[in-house]
Amino acid sequence: MTIEAPPRPRSDPPPASLRPAPRPRGQGTVLVTGACGRLGKRVVRLLHRERPVVGVDRRPFPDKPKDVRHEQVDIRRKKLKDIFRSEPIEAVIHLGVMHDPRASQAEHHSWNVAGFQKLLEYVAKFDVPKLVVLSSSNVYGPQPDNAQFLTEDAPLLGGARFGEIRDLIEVDMLAQGFFWKHPGTETVILRPVHILGRVHNAASNFLRLPTIPTLLGFDPMIQVINEADVVRAMRCALAPGKRGIYNVAGPDPLPLSHAIRILRRPSVPVPYSLGKALLKRLWAFRLTTFPAPELDHIRYVCMVDDRRAREELGYRPEVTIEDTVMSVDEA
Amino acid sequence: MAETSRSLARIGGRLRSVAPLARRLFDSAASSVDDWMTSKLGEEFNDRLGRVPLNLTATGVDPFGMDPQWTKYALASVALLHRHYFRTEVSGAENVPSSRVLIIANHSGQIPMDAALIGASLFMDVEPPRFMRAMVEKWTQTLPFVSLLFSRVGQVVGVPENAKHLLTNEEALLVFPEGIRGISKPFSKRYQLADFGLGFMRLAIETRTPIVPVAVIGGEEQYISLGNFDGLAKLLRAPNIPILPQVLLPFGALPLPTRYRISFGEPMRFGGDPDDDDSIIEEKVFVVKATIQSMLHRGLKARKSVFF
Repeated sequence: MTIEAPPRPRSDPPPASLRPAPRPRGQGTVLVTGACGRLGKRVVRLLHRERPVVGVDRRPFPDKPKDVRHEQVDIRRKKLKDIFRSEPIEAVIHLGVMHDPRASQAEHHSWNVAGFQKLLEYVAKFDVPKLVVLSSSNVYGPQPDNAQFLTEDAPLLGGARFGEIRDLIEVDMLAQGFFWKHPGTETVILRPVHILGRVHNAASNFLRLPTIPTLLGFDPMIQVINEADVVRAMRCALAPGKRGIYNVAGPDPLPLSHAIRILRRPSVPVPYSLGKALLKRLWAFRLTTFPAPELDHIRYVCMVDDRRAREELGYRPEVTIEDTVMSVDEA
Repeated sequence: MAETSRSLARIGGRLRSVAPLARRLFDSAASSVDDWMTSKLGEEFNDRLGRVPLNLTATGVDPFGMDPQWTKYALASVALLHRHYFRTEVSGAENVPSSRVLIIANHSGQIPMDAALIGASLFMDVEPPRFMRAMVEKWTQTLPFVSLLFSRVGQVVGVPENAKHLLTNEEALLVFPEGIRGISKPFSKRYQLADFGLGFMRLAIETRTPIVPVAVIGGEEQYISLGNFDGLAKLLRAPNIPILPQVLLPFGALPLPTRYRISFGEPMRFGGDPDDDDSIIEEKVFVVKATIQSMLHRGLKARKSVFF
């Protein structure tokens, strides 16, 4: 869990005379990992108008904007270092977290944790002034005794019932460790609520089902955020001087049933024990992408207090609740 | 996945074809319930509903999930008991401030009817009318329907963060500092306050909230408890199981129609450091406890009959 503070050979970055003249703070190059994901593409499209952007992803970026440099690199490989060496990076946005529930635990861990550790090593070595890490408010986990609005110092219990989320928590903790060990880098950890939009995450996929199953007798309050608002929060986090952990929420919370009503889809209430047994079977036969422990998200509350993000980052959600929920159907 | 969701869609389709009929039946039932409610509770009830200060979001519920529609029906049924079954006598209603307030009361009666009736009097007798908020046990959240109902009528999970949040939103929050020790008292210990918890005082000091002490008389006689089945309760992991001979009589499961007397005392304000030692906080808690105990003594002395 601990990160070794890497030694800093002074000779490693090229001498200052060979580097291009540094741009004023806040306009230097941004490196975005996971740039080819649906969220990554949005971030790149927003930022490339304002400052140089380098995308890093092991997938190709076929329709990338012309002025964006894309490096098709696995972040666990040495080649990542060459990118840091080739031009001064002013900020790193880390989106390259894998959430494929079907991928093996080992692959997940190696990509999410080992890959992120490599990235942190270079951020420290090349004195990158800003690091923005996209975590998630799922790290708190839905629990029956959750406060209605969890603050940033609530314990990260998401892994207690749902093992697959443990490496996401580990990434969050690594970033927190880095925040304290390297005060020279302004580290920002963003913990957004369920992101909705064209993204293929569990929450959006769930609301895209033609008939939405719910749990009989449960209708928790939920918070959702549009992907455009998440990208906006990331831009707020890039501003010089901002550092710390921030919960990021969208418009006002609403009961799950209201969200389903906005979508005008039928829903079928299922008793919890039956739903859990059914989902386990479906999962075993590879008929669903939802692991059974995720049912807790439609059973208990897991909402956050985003006051700190509003006050310190100056972030405001701009997409209305109707548009946020409807955005899962955008083509 | 596609297979399952298609079969789910088929069920959904069938449900939808029944839905318009069901909706019409439901709507007509709801409107006749509304008419009956108005005839029993008077126009005053609807007038008060319109004046409750609410803190709703764009989706028509408050951030804790309280839905005014659900709360209306819950309050109406409690208000009927309040006016016609327990015929509650309320005094000192003018002592309840219109901003944030902690209602601290004695707890009694085996079932939390006292909480329901305090909630009813905060709505029916206090100016301006309030929707009372209370804290519920964490395990209730794991129960289907119960968790849903509690959340929609404004009851929140009992953690300190929620209490702070509600008070900063200027809500009226009910706390029974005796907790389970109070509600499960046997008949021989009636109207003798059990130990008070200290959490409410720290909360009041931290959020600068006035405390309104409340004495509830009448709850102790609604069920005559001879004691508790401790062994059985432990076995079933229930907080307590009272010994109630009256439940063997016909309709004995209903609480006896005792007359409730709820008196609101003058608001008390406490200063100091919320993180003080227990001993210092205990002194302040003792002041509140002594006030409620003397209000109970006075009320019992003035009472002529348990039932009238």
